[in-house]
Amino acid sequence: MSGETTSAKAAGRTRLFRRGPWETLATIVIACGVLMLLQPFSLALYTWSFVTTLTGVVMFTIVSKFPE
Amino acid sequence: MNDQSPVRGGPPNLVQRLAVATPEPIAGRVRGLSDRSIAWLFIAPTIVLLLAINIFPLIWTIKLSFTNYRANRPNAPVRDVGIDNYQSILTDPDIWAAMQATAHFVFWTIVLQTLIGFTLAWLIDRKFRGHGFWTTLILIPMMLSPAVVGNFWRFLYQPQIGGFNYFISFFTGLPPSSFEMIGSVKLAPWSIVVVDTWMWTPYVMLICLAGLRSIPDYIYEAAEVDRASPWRQFWSITLPMAMPFIMLAVLFRGIENFKMFDMVNLLTSGGPGSTTEVASITLKREAFEKWRTGFSSAFAIILFVTVFGLANIYVKALNRVKQR
Repeated sequence: MSGETTSAKAAGRTRLFRRGPWETLATIVIACGVLMLLQPFSLALYTWSFVTTLTGVVMFTIVSKFPE
Repeated sequence: MNDQSPVRGGPPNLVQRLAVATPEPIAGRVRGLSDRSIAWLFIAPTIVLLLAINIFPLIWTIKLSFTNYRANRPNAPVRDVGIDNYQSILTDPDIWAAMQATAHFVFWTIVLQTLIGFTLAWLIDRKFRGHGFWTTLILIPMMLSPAVVGNFWRFLYQPQIGGFNYFISFFTGLPPSSFEMIGSVKLAPWSIVVVDTWMWTPYVMLICLAGLRSIPDYIYEAAEVDRASPWRQFWSITLPMAMPFIMLAVLFRGIENFKMFDMVNLLTSGGPGSTTEVASITLKREAFEKWRTGFSSAFAIILFVTVFGLANIYVKALNRVKQR
């Protein structure tokens, strides 16, 4: 019984940590960071652009190790 | 019988005699190397070289970016300033303006190169008479050095003797010396866009051509059977199937133009004023004119992280193309 629960949990975790959607999310974060860096409208967005891009890059590096 | 061939029961050959002559510890060590160890032995020089010329400077730059180090004062005390350099860069309106100049350059070069490159690829893909000759002719600008291109476009942009002004005046009727591409605040940003588009459109064309040639003919034949118009075929088959290749070209040109230095430096050096001062020119000024090494290191790291992020997206797009 507990074995089934453990395997169900593991399957749920595998489903949660799939590479595809996380990579897409990281890509969106990077794209947002680059757009914030290059936009001419708000200095505040420019200020936070580097942190956003860095977050996306670190996230991409981590999630690219996730299973397919 | 030569000296190398072993004979069962006969006298020992050269290899056997050498093996006997080799001291036991060395022979044991060489014989004991696994395939994995031999592989490491072969790639070790490359890894050492990579660490020395790529990784070490990167780590050193990251370290310098948190200091007030100035390369023209090597004996001055170096103070740790934390994230002050990053804070200064990301709140500086002048550097923000440089980023906007970069954005203008990157955006318009990508738009023009993609439109013209795809159109040229589409035309070349028709396989008309002499299309090989025209392909070669179109590819010439891409093969030139950016230094050469920067120098000869400087001459072409001369208002008195340059060919570009005469070319424009032929079509618009404006006197050739009435406008100056490099010297004018309004036209200078466009002058670098024109040159980069002229030089790199062939590259985009090549990638788009690869995309167009990868579309199987039977899809068009099926569309013909279904009586789809050429316009419909273009929008429903050609463009969607060539899109991953176009995205690849856009990303590659985006990354390259984001760090563009040589051509812009030769053509305008960031002038007039700072209208064409793209990020890499600002970086060069901070590092080698103002000698703010720590500050410029932080700026370099910001640009590096941005390019690294774009490269991640590029690799993802590349994998998607590979899967097709």
